[in-house]
Amino acid sequence: MLTILFDGVAYGMLLFILACGLTVTLGLMNFINLAHGAFAMAGGYVTVVMMNRYGISFYWCLPAAFVVTAIVGLVLERTLYQWLYRADHLDQVLFSIGLVFMAVAGADYFMGGQQQLINLPPELSGRMDVGGVGIGRYRLFTIVVCAILALVLQLILSKTRFGCRLRAAVDDRRVAMGLGINVPLVFALTFAFGSGLAGLGGAMGAEILGLDPNFPLKFMIYFLIVVSVGGTSTVSGPFLAAMLLGIADVAGKYYVPAIGPFVIYALMIIMLILRPDGLFSRGSGR
Amino acid sequence: MIKGMLVGLAGLAMTMSATFSAAAEDVVKVGLILPMTGPFASTGRQVSAGAKAYMAAKGDMVAGKKIELVIRDDGGVADQTRRLAQELVVNDGAKVLAGFGLTPLAMAVAPVSTQAKIPTVVMAAGTAAITKASPFITRTSGTLPQYSVPVGTWASQNGIKKVVTLVSDYGPGIDAEKWFTKEFKSKGGEVVEAVRVPLQNPDFAPFLQRVRDAKPDAVFVFLPSGVGSLFMKQFADRGLSDAGIKLIATGDVTDDDILNSMGKPAIGTITGHFYATSHESPENKAYVEAFRKDNAGMRPNFMSVGGYDGMALIYNALEKSKGDATGPAFMAAVKGLSWTSPRGPVSIDPDTRDIVQNIYIREVKDVGGELQNVEFQTFANLKDPEKAEAK
Repeated sequence: MLTILFDGVAYGMLLFILACGLTVTLGLMNFINLAHGAFAMAGGYVTVVMMNRYGISFYWCLPAAFVVTAIVGLVLERTLYQWLYRADHLDQVLFSIGLVFMAVAGADYFMGGQQQLINLPPELSGRMDVGGVGIGRYRLFTIVVCAILALVLQLILSKTRFGCRLRAAVDDRRVAMGLGINVPLVFALTFAFGSGLAGLGGAMGAEILGLDPNFPLKFMIYFLIVVSVGGTSTVSGPFLAAMLLGIADVAGKYYVPAIGPFVIYALMIIMLILRPDGLFSRGSGR
Repeated sequence: MIKGMLVGLAGLAMTMSATFSAAAEDVVKVGLILPMTGPFASTGRQVSAGAKAYMAAKGDMVAGKKIELVIRDDGGVADQTRRLAQELVVNDGAKVLAGFGLTPLAMAVAPVSTQAKIPTVVMAAGTAAITKASPFITRTSGTLPQYSVPVGTWASQNGIKKVVTLVSDYGPGIDAEKWFTKEFKSKGGEVVEAVRVPLQNPDFAPFLQRVRDAKPDAVFVFLPSGVGSLFMKQFADRGLSDAGIKLIATGDVTDDDILNSMGKPAIGTITGHFYATSHESPENKAYVEAFRKDNAGMRPNFMSVGGYDGMALIYNALEKSKGDATGPAFMAAVKGLSWTSPRGPVSIDPDTRDIVQNIYIREVKDVGGELQNVEFQTFANLKDPEKAEAK
């Protein structure tokens, strides 16, 4: 029972890290970026290449995955995304889904279509027994890292000057610019940061979720569920939503395997009926 | 004057078309439809490399005909497979269709084969029912029941009493579950639980926990090869092997193409299948060497042998029919063919057009720094049990 709860939390944490970058771009910058999963995949492949081809330690791969995808995100934001900030949502969707297909084909061409595997350092593999509860070491590691990240993210957004500027830029772009805030710069950095988080999520998820060129398509639904259930105006909303989904998914598959995969969808429908703007919406609606 | 020129032109055109059709008669085009992109691209890569390896070894002439291979990519989508099959037959004049990475893809082509009377060689897909879909379908891979049953036999003979099955929830998975369970129960074993995993499944944790809590002696697994490797890692991580639960599976899970990258957790897994790269025979030694040389060191897996033997079947059938590639003559020649493949002796069952072959029980071992499926027991000349029972 507790083991299931623990696995659910770990899975939820992972979903959160993968999806929170999307919260940032969707909620704060009002941009629908379906290509978010492609950044996650990029992070995963960075890790695979570094570990398997160059034998670099897993611990160094994680920050590297973050940095590399953040840079890729920054470049793409400056060259492509920024022209679409004021475009229709439909245009944004078409554009970003196009990017997804290009990323899928590109990954297939350069890396091949097979599952990529990484070999974790021995201290992270296996499991231990704590008071009768079986705990996977790697899942514990995931929970700790993700919890720290969630906390840091929340602090940045609510307590720092940068977070303040970002929120101002989102609420009213013109006034923010009038106050001397460099809005394009803030957006570019935010976008890069969001992509970096996705990359980190992809790197950490490679072990649990697998990694192949179809990753962005396979997980797009999960990201969107997290973001739509959690709402996009806070960090805590998607966090709780990811937890809820992770636990419900794992528990559903364990207790009622016959209908397990449907549990999260049912849950999503119920949540969206009860709280159409997400768990914690500000109620204003843009 | 003008009339004379026209007659001359017509005559020229006639002689040209005559020479052209004579040339076309000497060529047998084989349309190879495979998923070369998308999630099943590794299947396409292996099968096509296997088919090419056969042609490289035997040349492209048989019974006075030149064999021409035309490869098309269906991306693993059934309606594409069907469209490509029609195009190959109607526009490109393909005489034989081959390939087909997955069951639904092969099924989609069956009506085309029947209507156009085109011999169709299934090189990879593994659901038993495929050969029943058209009288022009034959197969050189194997069927899930064919290699699930020996795993059941082995398990019951080796002190395994309680088993949980875990399979992917689609055609081949259900085939594997059904036939393993049937065999194992008839030998006195007990299947305490049957878990079916959705095909697109990101995390195995809850399913594995369920297996663990059922405390069986072993878990029998069928998963398509890519997912299999992910499963293997989570199996070890969850401590199932430490809890004394043995992993027995069909050979798809320990696919030779990626076995080596699975690492330590794979060691000791018992699987049943028709081919292992490490199979010991002179034919296989030559095959593996040639294959590795032409494919940048890639390891040939069971898919590649399906492709290799598919070409072997086409060559042998043409030899027997004296180069006649029309549907009825070709299929008559196919029935009862037998030859020595890299996997061992194989033949085509005249009643079902399905392959008859040895199934090997193998254990994953570290051989000189590389993980290999090492064969230790052979079930000789097995037919597909599903069609054998129906008779």
